[in-house]
Amino acid sequence: MSLTTSPALTGLGVGRGVAVAPVAQLRPAPRAPQDEAAPADADAAAAQVASLLTGLSAELAERSAQADGALAEVLMATSAIAADPALAAEARRRIEQGTGPATAVTEAVAGFAATFAAAGGYLAERVTDLHSVRDRIVARLLGAPDPGLPALDRPSVVVAVDLSPADTAALDLDLVAAILTEEGGPTGHTAIIAGQLGLPCVVRAAGVTELTDGTLVAVDAAAGTITPEPDAALQESYRLRAQRSAALDADQAPGATSDGHEVALLANIGTVEDAARAGSTPAQGVGLFRTEVLFLGRQTAPTLEEQVTAYRAVLEALGDRKVVVRTLDAGADKPLAFAQQGTEENPALGVRGYRLARTLPEVVGTQLDALGQVARSLPEAERDRLWVMAPMVATPAEAREVAERARAAGITRVGVMVEIPAAALRAEQILAEVDFVSLGTNDLAQYTMATDRLRGELADLLDPWQPAVLDLVAATARGGRQADKPVGVCGESAGDPVMALVLAGLGVTSLSMSPGSLAAARFALRRHTLAECEAIATAALAAPDAPAGRAAATDLVAAEVRETLGL
Amino acid sequence: MLQRRATIRSSSGLHARPASHFTQAVAATGLPITIARAGGEGVPASSVLMVMGMALDHGEEVVLASESTEAEAALEELVALLETDLDADS
Repeated sequence: MSLTTSPALTGLGVGRGVAVAPVAQLRPAPRAPQDEAAPADADAAAAQVASLLTGLSAELAERSAQADGALAEVLMATSAIAADPALAAEARRRIEQGTGPATAVTEAVAGFAATFAAAGGYLAERVTDLHSVRDRIVARLLGAPDPGLPALDRPSVVVAVDLSPADTAALDLDLVAAILTEEGGPTGHTAIIAGQLGLPCVVRAAGVTELTDGTLVAVDAAAGTITPEPDAALQESYRLRAQRSAALDADQAPGATSDGHEVALLANIGTVEDAARAGSTPAQGVGLFRTEVLFLGRQTAPTLEEQVTAYRAVLEALGDRKVVVRTLDAGADKPLAFAQQGTEENPALGVRGYRLARTLPEVVGTQLDALGQVARSLPEAERDRLWVMAPMVATPAEAREVAERARAAGITRVGVMVEIPAAALRAEQILAEVDFVSLGTNDLAQYTMATDRLRGELADLLDPWQPAVLDLVAATARGGRQADKPVGVCGESAGDPVMALVLAGLGVTSLSMSPGSLAAARFALRRHTLAECEAIATAALAAPDAPAGRAAATDLVAAEVRETLGL
Repeated sequence: MLQRRATIRSSSGLHARPASHFTQAVAATGLPITIARAGGEGVPASSVLMVMGMALDHGEEVVLASESTEAEAALEELVALLETDLDADS
């Protein structure tokens, strides 16, 4: 074992956790060699490809039979693609012309993929299935192991270029100590999932995919550092930090400042399983239930009955706590097969969120009816536990329409998201129509700064500490005070403990975040008075830019909080 | 050459699941059958990739054809299948 500590790799940390565990690399799919030799026996090579395809198809069909729901459908469709005689015939044609078998399969798939991609929409999504067939066949032709993660036998740090939702679904989460990716952004899929599970995560960490499997690494998500082969002293200090954070987790009281100003601390969830996890934490409820997550990968619109079952299960998992349900936020980076909009030049500015009511009113209507049915089935005293809000609302007129439709369906607490600067500036007028608003800081930053959330290289512009974004949060909170109605924040920024203090100081009444971030926010709030939070907010707003704002706010945070949270 | 016209009735068009349902039924006949848009070129109807690649939408008309003289009954069954909403049974 090395006694010296190798220099650390760095990236953008998600959450505050630390972990020390060996590396397990998610194996990338091998590519066909660039100068693959022509097969000596074309007939035998083509027959081998055909038999690999048949074998893969049978395996996938078997896995489909053991799965259910969307996963079963995807596996079955992939199995049908592998079994397609046209694919084997295309590969054979190329092999007979002297192309190597791995290259022939790659080219045959590329041909079909191009047709699918050109057709756009739904078919373009199926390109993933074609590529997964290609990756497995090419690996088998080259004698390489199947792409993906080796079966984990101990807690490990999972490393990948990036994780797809399918990769994440396949992880044995009990054995994942931390997640590191070369690509991806701090608000991307991997980061959100890791935050939800309370796993330390570092994204955009250059060089991590070069770490050898089994190398011990120390991961610090708060600092965004990865130290290969940490020495005994570093391991011990991480162990102490993990212990302290466990002690923070033990505090389960409702969120409040030291002088008793209440700030409800809520959890963000996407599935019934998330709800069960959040139900077992001291979260005071759910501040954001992303319903589209239930239906990702679905080919057909979920029925009213299916939705009622899912929403009821979520409410049950939360006992008597409140649940804020966000209606479908499809479109832009979250395409739903059953809510296809055709190709949009500017999907982030197009038909997404509640705007779906203009093109697919029945999808929005069915969801509100399902939620109304659940609300009406609750005992009178509990009916206000179900809050419903619509995303991507820009005007008071849209807010009125949401309120009218939701109340007609039987929902008693209706709100809208504030993600568009127009809505933030007109918060008071919007709050005249609805019972509450909730700020989605990720989208608010995207629309204020004209910066695509999925472009990692623009992450500095998307920073929620941008003073212009905070100005809009302050405007919304002001509207809430004037209307005397709740203003929550459900973007990831609520999970930053210093930002939590700023938001409380601006007058935000609830903070919803990944359950993994709740303990640090609770601890930070409890160590400051409301007046101190207001002073911290004033300092952040006065700063010329995002890093200066964060620094100015952090300077005013109590020393004990800075030390304990590693700020 | 036997030919039959059919209108796609699956609500989301002849996409993944309806397409694999249809192509499996074609393969099960064991007969050479093609599918084409009216006036267009036919592709093997047993190929899920070819059929999906046509991106047939709800309400589009297609022509099923076979060189086999024994395909009459099979074509009728396949027409009936295309004119059923294959999305509806989930």
